[in-house]
Amino acid sequence: MKVIYRDKTWELRGGMTVRDAIRKVGVDPEAVLALRNGVLVNEETILEDDDELKLVAVVSGG
Amino acid sequence: MKCRLCGATAAINMRQHRLALCAGHLIEWVPRHVARTIEKYAMFTPEERVLLAVSGGKDSLALWDILLRLGYQVDGLHINLGIEQGYSAASQARVEKFVATRPGTRLYTVDLKGQYGASVPELVRRRRGRKPCSVCGLVKRHIMNQKACEGGYAAIVTGHNLDDEVAVLLQNALHWNVGYLARQAPVLPPSSAGLARKVKPLVRLREREVAAYALLRGIDYIYDECPHAQGATTLFYKDILNQLESRSRGTKEMFYLGFLRARSEMGLPGPELERAELHPCSRCGQPTTAPGLCAFCRLWTGEHVRESGEFDGEF
Ligand code: SF4
Ligand SMILES: [Zn+2]
Ligand SMILES: [Zn+2]
Repeated sequence: MKVIYRDKTWELRGGMTVRDAIRKVGVDPEAVLALRNGVLVNEETILEDDDELKLVAVVSGG
Repeated sequence: MKCRLCGATAAINMRQHRLALCAGHLIEWVPRHVARTIEKYAMFTPEERVLLAVSGGKDSLALWDILLRLGYQVDGLHINLGIEQGYSAASQARVEKFVATRPGTRLYTVDLKGQYGASVPELVRRRRGRKPCSVCGLVKRHIMNQKACEGGYAAIVTGHNLDDEVAVLLQNALHWNVGYLARQAPVLPPSSAGLARKVKPLVRLREREVAAYALLRGIDYIYDECPHAQGATTLFYKDILNQLESRSRGTKEMFYLGFLRARSEMGLPGPELERAELHPCSRCGQPTTAPGLCAFCRLWTGEHVRESGEFDGEF
């Protein structure tokens, strides 16, 4: 499974939850939304090997 | 995890509300929640015309969409600040795109360089020692007040969300900035006759919820940060608050709403009690704390700019 955040990409094994995947790549789950294959999903969603998880930052500093 | 209302797969789980919702129900729930906030704090009524500060970011565009859906009389004001790296151009393009798909919406655009003679970066270069965000904030507050006044708007509406407010509160509480703490509120009454009140209808929604709404409504907002926001202290405080929140759900609401309650229960000064002696600026007429020119006009005339007396951080 592929995790994308800003200009970084990670390869992780499937079978974990969205929340665990977000933590695994060192991002705070409170600070992002998760899109699995383009669809907004809750953090308990279990990811499959061929999923693509895109993290959208929600924190703005302006 | 299932949507509480229909049992479909939830798109978002709002732990502090113990509420998981599917995409369809989230985009219905958000406007209702905002409408309740507007009524609870008596921000404005459907009969009043209000002016929304639109930056092109997720919060202001989502709020515009929400207020239009709720049937409020809301016009937008976008200020092109001339910020580098294409940031201002890209922001304006998002705002214009939003308006283009909503016939009948009214947008005023002010081009700082074109209409006043200098962009924010140019003003910062002239005024060595002032930080971009301080100049930028001053410019935005002034122009918003001016346009709201000229247009006869009842309120200036901004897209500050709960996370923004909590971060500012933490910062002000750590430094015991008593003056700022007195002025932090969902509704800020006008500091002088002729000015509009300032209201923040998103104060009870979190950044994630607003972003989810924007995303699900297909709103194309500016995702990249302003180059000057890099390393901004707000981001640092938001990060700390998110860590507190992951340990203890509801910390943000507890801190912010508890602060508002404590301030009124303890009889501490709130925005309504804060009334400095104000004089009209000799150049633009807007009220200012010291006689002579207001801080905005001093930016352009080369007079020394005093940092004090200007309400930084409120807007
Ligand atoms: S980050 Fe600072 S300079 Fe950039 S838009 Fe916000 S206030 Fe202005
Ligand atoms: Zn539902
Ligand atoms: Zn002035």
